[in-house]
Order: sequence, then structure tokens, then C-alpha cells
Amino acid sequence: MHGSAKPRKRLVRIEVNGRWCEDAVSDGDLLVDYLRDVAHLTSVKVGCDGGECGACTVLLDGVPVSACLTLVVRCEGRNVETVEGLVKQGRPNRLQQAFHEKLGAQCGFCTPGMIMASEALLRRNPHPSDDEIRAALAGNLCRCTGYVKIIESVRHAAEASA
Amino acid sequence: MSVELANISIARPATIEEAVALASGPDARYLAGGTDLLVNMRRGITRAARLIDLAGVDALKSISCDASGVVVGAGVELARLIEHEEISRRFPAIVQAAAAIAAPGHRNVATLGGNLCLDTRCVYYNQSEWWRSANAWCLKNRGDTCHVAPQGERCHAAFSGDLAPVLLVLGAEIEVAGPAGRRRMPLAELYVEDGRAHLTLAHGELLVAVHLPADGRNAAYEKVRLRGAIDYPLAGVAVAMTMQDGRIESLRVGLTGLNSRPLLVAGTEAFAGRAVDDDLLKAVDRLVQHQAQPVRTTLAAAHYRRLAAAAVARRLVRRLAGG
Ligand SMILES: Cc1cc2nc3c(=O)[nH]c(=O)nc-3n(C[C@H](O)[C@H](O)[C@H](O)COP(=O)(O)OP(=O)(O)OC[C@H]3O[C@@H](n4cnc5c(N)ncnc54)[C@H](O)[C@@H]3O)c2cc1C
Ligand code: SF4
Ligand code: FES
Ligand code: FES
Repeated sequence: MHGSAKPRKRLVRIEVNGRWCEDAVSDGDLLVDYLRDVAHLTSVKVGCDGGECGACTVLLDGVPVSACLTLVVRCEGRNVETVEGLVKQGRPNRLQQAFHEKLGAQCGFCTPGMIMASEALLRRNPHPSDDEIRAALAGNLCRCTGYVKIIESVRHAAEASA
Repeated sequence: MSVELANISIARPATIEEAVALASGPDARYLAGGTDLLVNMRRGITRAARLIDLAGVDALKSISCDASGVVVGAGVELARLIEHEEISRRFPAIVQAAAAIAAPGHRNVATLGGNLCLDTRCVYYNQSEWWRSANAWCLKNRGDTCHVAPQGERCHAAFSGDLAPVLLVLGAEIEVAGPAGRRRMPLAELYVEDGRAHLTLAHGELLVAVHLPADGRNAAYEKVRLRGAIDYPLAGVAVAMTMQDGRIESLRVGLTGLNSRPLLVAGTEAFAGRAVDDDLLKAVDRLVQHQAQPVRTTLAAAHYRRLAAAAVARRLVRRLAGG
């Protein structure tokens, strides 16, 4: 720290997975730390220090963004969704089910980000081509699967909801 | 949270005038999409005590198109630029470049202004604090030697934004607001060849908008990079060309990822009146190789980037000539 007095915190209201939360945050707090440490949503992963991996992808007003490049104060009054929020009545949603059935996850570290980027795609475009799936997931790195199973999982989820 | 972000404060102006007034304070810096700035602050290579958040300044977010020209606000997000029908109809090269920037999640928040004011890049600079400290820092940040050119006094970090070369070949002008009022100038004058201080903006000056001509259909952009997504250009080339009766009327070539500023290649006026044949393509190749000045700021060899830039320039000229 730079030794100066701690800056004032401010209250922000954010709708996280359908529930309004009110918390005191510092101006420099990143959404990724808020979601993991304050909201305890640890599906949001930290895979890099430079916005390069997509493991922290969440939806902000329905649009995929990197939570590690987003300041919490910018989320005031807005809606944030993580993979935990896709579960309804204890049941996985179509993408979670498809990643499970089609082996779209190996170590699982990239999976929450993959699923959130895919969820945004399927809401906008329920029947994407493989190229459209690849383009939507271009910012999400996976060190395990080689991507083939991930693309199959997304395609399967799209077909399942047809 | 990173140390660099721990104590910052954020101001959220609603107008250009408020933003400029706030930014004139010491240690203040504009925050647009934050996709470059927040990474650099987390890594300790950019410092600021106060960020002036431009997200609420609506005047920076407009796109207006008419018969006399097109004006794009500096705060327009790349995703919006890509989806804008008039922009893609009039300036396909802008869409080609914007769609090749970073990844979809970045483009949803990253802005035109942030892309033009992007910090320069180098493999010894865009690293974590501990990586740089283990390497005794470098001239651009805290250190006293450039690891790329240790004999020299200057930093050669490469300007690597994808949109600038396209806007240069389209003949764009920029509008800047500052404590002393507004000014308008050719985009090329925003930059100088210095990796440590490549922008000519004075402290507190704000890029407001980019002014384009009414049409720039016959232009194209292509970049060479390691992976097909996320990566910055190792070499990026924009070409704008008009033809008359099978001969070149005007030809402009813009480069990025090579020098410390985006470069409008000099001397292409001499090609007016010539046909696009092998001799012409060779001359374009020579001109690009001569003016591109890549040094070892990336893991890919500098010589490869020079050759790649020339090859892409040739390819785009041939394509735009319809061949
Ligand atoms: C993983 C990754 C990959 C990337 N790949 C690419 C790539 O391939 N090509 C590419 O071009 N970029 C790339 N980027 C960089 C960046 O995402 C884009 O350049 C983006 O357009 C920057 O815009 P921004 O709004 O996020 O800028 P910010 O980060 O908000 O700002 C960047 C700089 O510009 C200044 N600034 C912003 N707006 C203004 C203004 N209106 N007036 C004056 N100064 C201003 C800021 O103070 C800051 O210094 C990448 C980034 C990441 C994290
Ligand atoms: S070119 Fe030299 S001074 Fe500039 S960032 Fe790279 S190592 Fe540092
Ligand atoms: S943690 Fe890698 S992009 Fe956010
Ligand atoms: S499953 Fe391991 S990183 Fe993707």
C-alpha cells in the first residue's frame, strides 16, 4: 500500500444471480474479487493477470465480460450472472447438462467461463453454427480439452433446446 | 486486489467539460473500457491516483453519418462499431480491424478512443511486477536500460492498436478537448516515434471524436498474429486504394505493431498512374520493408515481422485492384 489513508468506501447495489446485494466497496475493487470474496461465487476463476484467459467471464446485463477487467463500482444498479445462477431448482441448465454429458470439462477450470460465454451466445442465437460457437468462445482458453468436446457440448445444448 | 488499484478514486463526469476539468488534476487519467489501462495498472506499469471514468459521458458515444462525412465518438465500443450498418457499408476495413481486436468480451467494453490511445507494447514491459523486477526493469518503466537495444537511449516498444492504420489510410482527423479548448488535427499528428511517450496529447487532453470522409469502401485491413484471436498484431497493414481506368489513382498504406507509432507509409503518391503489376507490387514491398522498423519487442523475430508486413501489403494491394 502507498501509506495514504484508506479511501472511503461506497455502497453499491448490484443484482447478482437475481438477488439484489448491497455492499461497501472501494473504487479500485475488481468485480472478480467481489464475486469470489464477498458474494462467495467461486465459480468465477482467476486464470491470468491480464484479461487474457476468459476464466473470469460473467454476464453483465446479459453481455459477457471479463470480471477481472471490470470495476465493481461500474456495476451499480446492473445485473450480474455467474454459472451458479444458471441452476434452477437444483437442476443444471441445458449447457451445464451438455458439458457434463459430452465431457466438455476436464479439469473444469475454464468451464464456468466457457458456459457463460456460451449462454450469452445461445440467448442471442439459439442455433449457432460451429464457426459461430468458435467465434463466441474465442476469448476463453482451455488447457485440457483441445476445444473439440467444448464445441460439441455447446452444439448439443443448442440441439437439446430445439 | 492489486496494490496499484487499492487506493485509487474514481470520478464519474457526465459531460466532456466536466471530464476535462477533472482530468487536469495531478495523477489523473481517463478510463474508457479499461481493457488496456486496468491490466497495466494491475501489473504496476501504469500509475494513477484518480481515474476519470468516461462511461457516463454520453457526448462521446454518438455515431453520425451524412453525405459530408462520418463522425464517430471516442467512447463508442468496438462491438457497436462492428455492428453498425452504415459503418460496415462505408468502411469495411474499420470493421475488419475492430473485429480482429482482442476477444468478444473485450470488444463489448473496449472503445475507439482507448484503442487509439493504447500504450505501446514490448515483451519486457507487458509483464507482471515480479517478472520485470527479476529483469532489473527497463527504460520504459523504472529501469535505466532498454533490453531490446541496450546501446540506445530510447524505448522501441511497438504501437499495436489495430484501428489506427485503417483510420490513417482513410484520412481521418481527430477532435481533442483540453483545458485550453478544442482542436482538430490529422490523426497522424496524435503520434510521435517514441515508445515511452508516443502520444502528443497534453496532460488532461481528451480525444473526443474521429472525423472520417463520407466513404472509404476500397480499403482493407489484415494482421499477422500468433493465434487467430486475442493476440495483438505482430504486423498489421491497412491499404486504401482508388483506381481509374485500370490505373492507380491513389494508394495509401498504414502499418501497426512495428514502429512505436502507427505509420502512414511515405512516398506512395509516386504510384499514381501506374498499373498494379509485379513491378508495382515489388515497389510497395520495398517501401514497406524500408519504413517498418520492428525490433525485438515480441517473441517473433523482428525480421519476420518486416517481411510479413510487406507480404500483407502486397496481398491487399492486389486484392483491392481486383486481382
Ligand atoms: C487479452 C487482450 C488482448 C488484446 N488484443 C488487442 C488487439 O489484438 N488489438 C488491439 O488493438 N488491442 C488489443 N487489446 C487492447 C484493448 O482491448 C483495445 O485496444 C481497446 O480498444 C482499448 O480500449 P479501452 O476503451 O478498453 O481503453 P482503456 O484501457 O480504457 O484506455 C487505454 C488508454 O487510453 C486512454 N484513453 C481512453 N480513452 C481516451 C480518450 N477518449 N481520450 C484520451 N485518452 C483516452 C486511457 O487513459 C488509457 O491510457 C487487447 C487487450 C487484452 C486484455
Ligand atoms: S523497447 Fe526497451 S525500453 Fe522499451 S519497453 Fe522494451 S525493453 Fe523496455
Ligand atoms: S482472469 Fe484471465 S481473463 Fe480474467
Ligand atoms: S477443462 Fe481444464 S482448462 Fe478447460
